Amino acid sequence: MDTVAHDILLIGGGGAGLRAAIAVAEANPQLKVAVVSKVYPMRSHTVSAEGGAAAVVKPEDSLEAHAYDTISGGDWLVDQDAVEAFVREAPEELLRLERWGCPWSRQPDGRIAVRPFGGMKIQRTWFAADKTGFHMLHALFQTTLKYPPIVRHDEWFVTRLLVDEGRCTGAVAVELATGKIFAILAKAVILCTGGGGKVFPFTTNANIKTGDGMALAYRAGVPLKDMEFIQYHPTGLPFTGILITEATRAEGGWLLNKDGYRYLQDYDLGEPQPEPVLRSMELGPRDRLSQAFVKEVAKGRTIETEYGHVVHLDIRHLGEKIISTKLPFVRELCLKYQKLDPVEEMIPVRPVIHYMMGGVHTDIRGETPLPGLYAAGEVACVSINGANRLGSNSLTELLVFGARAGAAAAEYAASQADPPASTLNQALDEEQRLQNRFLEKTGGVERISTLRTEMQEAMEDGAGIYRDEAGLSAAAEKIQELQARFQDVALDDHSLTFNTELIACLELANMLDVAESLIHSALARKESRGAHQRTDYPERDDDGYLSHSQAYWTENGSPRIEYLPVTITQWPPGERVYG
Amino acid sequence: MPETITLEVQRYRPEDEAEPVFERFDVPFRADWMVLDALNYIKDNLDGTLSYRWACRMGVCGSCGMMVNGQPLLTCATYLERLLPGPIRVEPLKGFPVIRDLVGDITDFLEKLSRVKPWIVREEEKPLAEGEYLQTPEQLADYEQYSMCINCMLCYAACPIYELEPDFIGPAAIAIAQRYNLDSRDEGVQERLDVLSQHDGIWACTFVGECSVVCPKNVDPAGAIQRYKVAATADWFKSVLTPWANR
Ligand SMILES: Cc1cc2nc3c(=O)[nH]c(=O)nc-3n(C[C@H](O)[C@H](O)[C@H](O)COP(=O)(O)OP(=O)(O)OC[C@H]3O[C@@H](n4cnc5c(N)ncnc54)[C@H](O)[C@@H]3O)c2cc1C
Ligand code: SF4
Repeated sequence: MDTVAHDILLIGGGGAGLRAAIAVAEANPQLKVAVVSKVYPMRSHTVSAEGGAAAVVKPEDSLEAHAYDTISGGDWLVDQDAVEAFVREAPEELLRLERWGCPWSRQPDGRIAVRPFGGMKIQRTWFAADKTGFHMLHALFQTTLKYPPIVRHDEWFVTRLLVDEGRCTGAVAVELATGKIFAILAKAVILCTGGGGKVFPFTTNANIKTGDGMALAYRAGVPLKDMEFIQYHPTGLPFTGILITEATRAEGGWLLNKDGYRYLQDYDLGEPQPEPVLRSMELGPRDRLSQAFVKEVAKGRTIETEYGHVVHLDIRHLGEKIISTKLPFVRELCLKYQKLDPVEEMIPVRPVIHYMMGGVHTDIRGETPLPGLYAAGEVACVSINGANRLGSNSLTELLVFGARAGAAAAEYAASQADPPASTLNQALDEEQRLQNRFLEKTGGVERISTLRTEMQEAMEDGAGIYRDEAGLSAAAEKIQELQARFQDVALDDHSLTFNTELIACLELANMLDVAESLIHSALARKESRGAHQRTDYPERDDDGYLSHSQAYWTENGSPRIEYLPVTITQWPPGERVYG
Repeated sequence: MPETITLEVQRYRPEDEAEPVFERFDVPFRADWMVLDALNYIKDNLDGTLSYRWACRMGVCGSCGMMVNGQPLLTCATYLERLLPGPIRVEPLKGFPVIRDLVGDITDFLEKLSRVKPWIVREEEKPLAEGEYLQTPEQLADYEQYSMCINCMLCYAACPIYELEPDFIGPAAIAIAQRYNLDSRDEGVQERLDVLSQHDGIWACTFVGECSVVCPKNVDPAGAIQRYKVAATADWFKSVLTPWANR
């Protein structure tokens, strides 16, 4: 077996991973840092983020206001100390990106421009037209090239974390091009593997978003926190699920039902005004907008299409100039992928799975309960997003907590000895498992795509926008059945050269773990809060559930669920008021 | 509308065959399917061993470029409908060593990208506490087009020089260098010029402009190369005729 050794191993080369890598290189240039990524870093899904990144800049804004919007947006399932750190460090992180070349959109006098965003009371969303994630990722990636201590292993797929003597000491990965299996030894490991929207059938997420890091941590005994909270974005293109960014509504777009009526006014989201009003109507939070859509469907006021019910997003009144300068990518996406020009036609949209609020449990330094293991970005749950993330907080989160995890891991690694020799035994076990279970395995009857489709359908049926005991239990049973059938999976491909079927198979295993933790966390939370709506428990229950769920992997196919209290500093739980 | 359409896909499995071969697959024809959807149909239903890259399916990750009927295209943004009646030929991007099936090796590009120093170069950095560098929308517009490159490699596949002269740094890397040169925050123009003028490639470019034609993001690498040549020539004259100017 081949072995490589570094001081710090970053798993993931998206926004969080690259920011963390730079943080390590700047904190301690003596440390050898490796970024391992299953795709070339600039292909990571951060590249698709459109709308923007939040941080306070305006004189009339305040850190408290950003914190309050985030906490109320998250329906109080938010650790307020983490949010305080987040809003405090956000502006300097976005400025740092300005130093690294991110082409932030500007005001006429050359200062940074900001735009409104859903759930935010004051304009504080920085943007690079409507390709913010693309520009952030390329600026970060290109900037990492100037740091010699950062090495990369591109197109390596991590299959397991190594844990020895109670600490994380590396990982095992397959190099796609050659099929070689590597033991990667490290004094500290940072997981930055992103989310797992592909657990559902209809999503804005790329094909690579399969929750790998969550499954890796879960299998290593680290708890997954608040997994029941999944965000539906209210405006995805039917069929493709391509996201039409919230920035369309921030610039003044309207959501209309089949009668051309701005239906959000019927759902406690305020009165329609011609101009966009912050925290109101189309600029309400995503959970509430997606729930309103389901109710419109029930009232028969949506439009039926080949790809399910849709409503219309109308931006025609903004005019070609605004659309082409502020929303050029939206126009390009509609023209290329929906065969329509939003300057002239309304855009059909429906809610689409977008973001995982939950993830690997970390503290505000990015540390997980397993010494030596850190996590940041969408894979992690530091608890700033709670029960519903506000748009544009995630890109900022990648930077703030990527930097924090990098700094904390650098400090930890500097005081650690090399991983013990016994770590290699575990790596050898993993190599054996990969060979026996997949590469050399013959027979098997279950097709990967069949299992994946059945899983995705079960998740949509059982764990969609509205949930109940019966639906969730059925989904739990189905996932358990699929876990069993997965043991009999059939692989056509036994090649060592760029075996994408092997990767798809390992990703499916990860998604089944993520699905399992999600469903069981949702079953256990007998209340409705933010994005988790139980028709059988329609009220929020602060006495019973103002706490974070923690799902621990067990041998018997259903996780053990425990709870952790929410940290409250200065904002006692209140009602979420919009409009 | 036909019910099915045929794809002729180039296969290359280095463990099994010495030379690439073509394999035919019939897939359902659907008006809203892209070439990539057809490949996914093959992988999910007909042959799990077919290898290719893809990720975002919204034209921004840059993974899924292939030769489609001889043209370099993003397969996620190319409707089957455009290619009726078929058959559709799908091959890996030209100009890159093939690892397997439709997967090319782009490590050469990544190495060249680092060479042009694609980051902001500055003698001194203003402390963060002093806020942003001012940059007006007009200054941003100077380099914005060159900042749109998704590294999809279609321009390399279209470039007649890259094919013959693998040392050529290539269209996208030059466009990205230019993206930084034209950025009002950057001071690295001279360093990048030194890198670029060392290589014959930039002079070999005959301004065919194929790169700009195939670019899915309107980056216009050909324009960037042209501006570079002008700048480099001026620089050469300056150094020969007025050597003291560079001191
Ligand atoms: C369409 C879209 C638009 C969005 N718009 C916005 C927005 O406007 N504002 C905002 O704040 N947020 C937005 N978001 C959310 C935000 O973009 C994501 O949450 C964020 O980019 C995730 O970044 P990340 O670094 O955590 O992960 P990613 O960028 O997903 O990177 C994950 C990395 O991990 C690697 N990896 C994963 N598994 C493995 C493995 N097994 N082995 C090796 N490597 C692995 C991948 O290769 C990749 O490099 C949007 C999301 C989507 C889908
Ligand atoms: S310049 Fe255009 S064609 Fe070339 S890599 Fe960049 S986006 Fe692709």
